[in-house]
Amino acid sequence: MSERISTNSEKQASKEQMIEFIDVHKWFGEFHVLQGINLTVSKQERIVICGPSGSGKSTLIRCINRLEEHQRGRIVVDGIELMNNIKNIEKIRAEVGMVFQHFNLFPHLTIVDNLALGPIWVRKVPKKEAEETAMYYLEKVHIAEQARKYPGQLSGGQQQRVAIARSLCMNPKVMLFDEPTSALDPEMIKEVLDVMIELAKEGMTMIVVTHEMGFAKSVAHRVLFMDFGKIVEGNTPEEFFESPQHERTKLFLSQILH
Amino acid sequence: MEQAVQIEVVRPPITSVGPIGWVKNNLFNGVFNSILTLVTLFFLWKVLPPFIRWAFIDSAWYTTGQACRKAAGACWSIISMNYRFILFGFYPYDLQWRPSLAMMILFGLLFYSRDRNHWKKPLAYAWIIGLFTMGLLMKGGIFGLTSVESTQWGGLPLTLLLAVFGLTAAYPLGVILALGRRSKMPGVKVLCILYIELIRGVPLISLLFMSAIIFPLFLPEGVTFNKILRAQVAIILFTAAYIAEVVRGGLQAMSRGQYEAAESLGLNYILTMRLIILPQALKIVIPPTVSILISAFKDTSLVVIIALFDLLKTTQSVLSNPEWMGFSREAYVFVAILYFLGCFSMSNYSRRLERELSRGD
Repeated sequence: MSERISTNSEKQASKEQMIEFIDVHKWFGEFHVLQGINLTVSKQERIVICGPSGSGKSTLIRCINRLEEHQRGRIVVDGIELMNNIKNIEKIRAEVGMVFQHFNLFPHLTIVDNLALGPIWVRKVPKKEAEETAMYYLEKVHIAEQARKYPGQLSGGQQQRVAIARSLCMNPKVMLFDEPTSALDPEMIKEVLDVMIELAKEGMTMIVVTHEMGFAKSVAHRVLFMDFGKIVEGNTPEEFFESPQHERTKLFLSQILH
Repeated sequence: MEQAVQIEVVRPPITSVGPIGWVKNNLFNGVFNSILTLVTLFFLWKVLPPFIRWAFIDSAWYTTGQACRKAAGACWSIISMNYRFILFGFYPYDLQWRPSLAMMILFGLLFYSRDRNHWKKPLAYAWIIGLFTMGLLMKGGIFGLTSVESTQWGGLPLTLLLAVFGLTAAYPLGVILALGRRSKMPGVKVLCILYIELIRGVPLISLLFMSAIIFPLFLPEGVTFNKILRAQVAIILFTAAYIAEVVRGGLQAMSRGQYEAAESLGLNYILTMRLIILPQALKIVIPPTVSILISAFKDTSLVVIIALFDLLKTTQSVLSNPEWMGFSREAYVFVAILYFLGCFSMSNYSRRLERELSRGD
């Protein structure tokens, strides 16, 4: 068991800490879903988390913006410790972007309103400026021509790109991706991964829960394997895929790489 | 002409298009439907001509009660001779232009507010000024307007007052109660549940009695509350409890993902509700909400039991006049038409609102 995984800072990840988990535990009722997580994520580092379903990987990243509450240990995000103070939590949430498996766009708002909502109400940006920012990020995810449509009129891949742009509009310091391509038809996965790769090239700090191993190989600084609420193994993609250390990792990789 | 003959246009058989096609498809589509159509036609033939004769041909429109009794048809005179009392009750006769004007302002504002593009700040100011003017017109007392005590208010203005204020105040209160019932704070939650269940467990009539008879007993001597106001509050409290439960249904229909997406942007509770959850949840529950509003509108007629002269009560008063006794059919048809117009326009408007709001689906 790697109790505490040191930052593997080859490539361009810097040494500054962005997120720190110190012996974090969480239970869902009696079920011990996170069993002592220790993890440090540096600024500009890109981490891919994989593992079988129910291993706690989604819960882990959802603890970072307090969509789930941890019950023991400490989580520090950008120098602010996550505690019950609601103002602190809202501050952290504004700095941490999140992309969900099921997009979770707001169906009653147009695409551009979906994007401008956060900046206008949380950052207090003037409406016009927020809409310009929204258009800028829509260009970036190659979807500007859909700005006046409603989410229901877009394909899954387009919706997920809008969701990414919505998070980017808040100018976040970290982006969390919770299985962003799992709900997509195969032909749409690439367009979403391409956007994520572009984001990676710009140096965004990213934590991605995914089973897209090709993406992990080309983008991640570190790949973590989780099982039964623990981080079993974490290593550079090369090491991780070439010579996995643990039996469970080997089994998992053999299952998903065929 | 000969050229035209050469172009052969294949037309569908005459029995499947046009009026004949429509009749065939809609009225005589199969044996069972044909029988139904014939039975309905027979029924209409039996009922319609006598009704038209009663309502329009043999009817008396502008006569006295005596003359009416000789006529074979409907006695619409009961309306035309008494409409001022039916519409305005005991409001001083010479001053009845004031409630008329107030109602016109109300209708004007309601009509203008139909269009959602008009929902901007100026409209809110217009409503505030409009409501103030209406109150002033009804009550008088300044600007040279003779003061009219609210005990003299009655008829249609009273019904509209109770309905419009009742519904507009009950709706936001109901939404707040629904949110409170789902609150994580146990105190708030228990209070809201208690309120909703208590009010829903009691008939409106008993609430109105309590507001009229029991409530004043608890007030210190000399302090009185306007009776209309008390009835109004009872209607608001009652309707709000029902709206709360309907809205709660809408809130439960929202997926957790919507909350999470809003929260992950850093929106606080109030903004999450106001911008994300309520607009969607309230849209889902438009049909049941309108049902409640319509029934609340009709329930305002229950204020007769605390001796307020609303539209229904003024009509009944006319019927107790010996000259017009016995013409209740005509009087109630008239009142029914007024209530129907109110309810039908609400339901019509709600459908229009649903259509406009469903653009995103």
